[in-house]
Amino acid sequence: MPVEWIWGLVGGVMIGTAAAVLLLGTGRIMGASGIVGGFVDGTGQDRSTTLSFLFGLIGMPALMTLGGWEVATNATSLPWLLIIGGLCVGIGTRFANGCTSGHGVCGMSRLSMRGFMATVAHIGAGAATVTFVRVGLGL
Amino acid sequence: MMRRLIALLSGALFGAGLHVSGMTDTAKVRGFLDFAGAWDPTLAFVMGGAMLPMVFAWRFTRGRKPLTGNTYPAPPRSDITSPLITGSILFGMGWGLVGLCPGPALASITYGGWQGALFLLAMLAGMWAVPPLRRGLDSLKATN
Repeated sequence: MPVEWIWGLVGGVMIGTAAAVLLLGTGRIMGASGIVGGFVDGTGQDRSTTLSFLFGLIGMPALMTLGGWEVATNATSLPWLLIIGGLCVGIGTRFANGCTSGHGVCGMSRLSMRGFMATVAHIGAGAATVTFVRVGLGL
Repeated sequence: MMRRLIALLSGALFGAGLHVSGMTDTAKVRGFLDFAGAWDPTLAFVMGGAMLPMVFAWRFTRGRKPLTGNTYPAPPRSDITSPLITGSILFGMGWGLVGLCPGPALASITYGGWQGALFLLAMLAGMWAVPPLRRGLDSLKATN
């Protein structure tokens, strides 16, 4: 258990460093939903930078898995849960202009009140949902 | 070219960090959100660790320009709007249902199986639907 949160801290510092590299190097905010959402709905500019970023984001974990560092996603196998969950995440992050990386990592670190409020809403709604799914639905 | 290399490096580091921290494991994420159950604090360490370099990065931006590109992002908005709150609650519900958010959903796509692919497809469809949804909501408001 302690080993797991040490890896959490190490991985967290890597995520923050990635956000700092993108900010200082390109002036862009490392928000996953903003980066991929702008690409999907056509509102995003600077598409070659976005593509390079996505290539690294998807390619690096693939390389690590090939190299023997495997992580199980342990995701549910209920299709309706995956579809509803995905739709909620996609629609919600675009309405709110950000997710855990944009509002959480990049927003809260500059003391953005919107970032704090969004993160409180994420964790509050997430906790209520997890409890409801486990206790209410027994899944 | 320089700009693309920086973005590639940042993306790779983001993906590695998500992989190493265990944030592509939905059991860990849902474990953090399960305050009433067997609570897993890992996500708090990830968030704290990620904010550290960014606190310094934001300070460094003052009065400077990025290495490539022209400007840093504008100062954060301070208005707490209803799309911010309702959207974030909706996101939190989907996050709790499956345990994936946009970054990890992308980072784990090569090893997440059909489950990861189905979630990502639904997420992208949701993102794609937001501009027309917004226009629909705005015209509803305008007619009322």
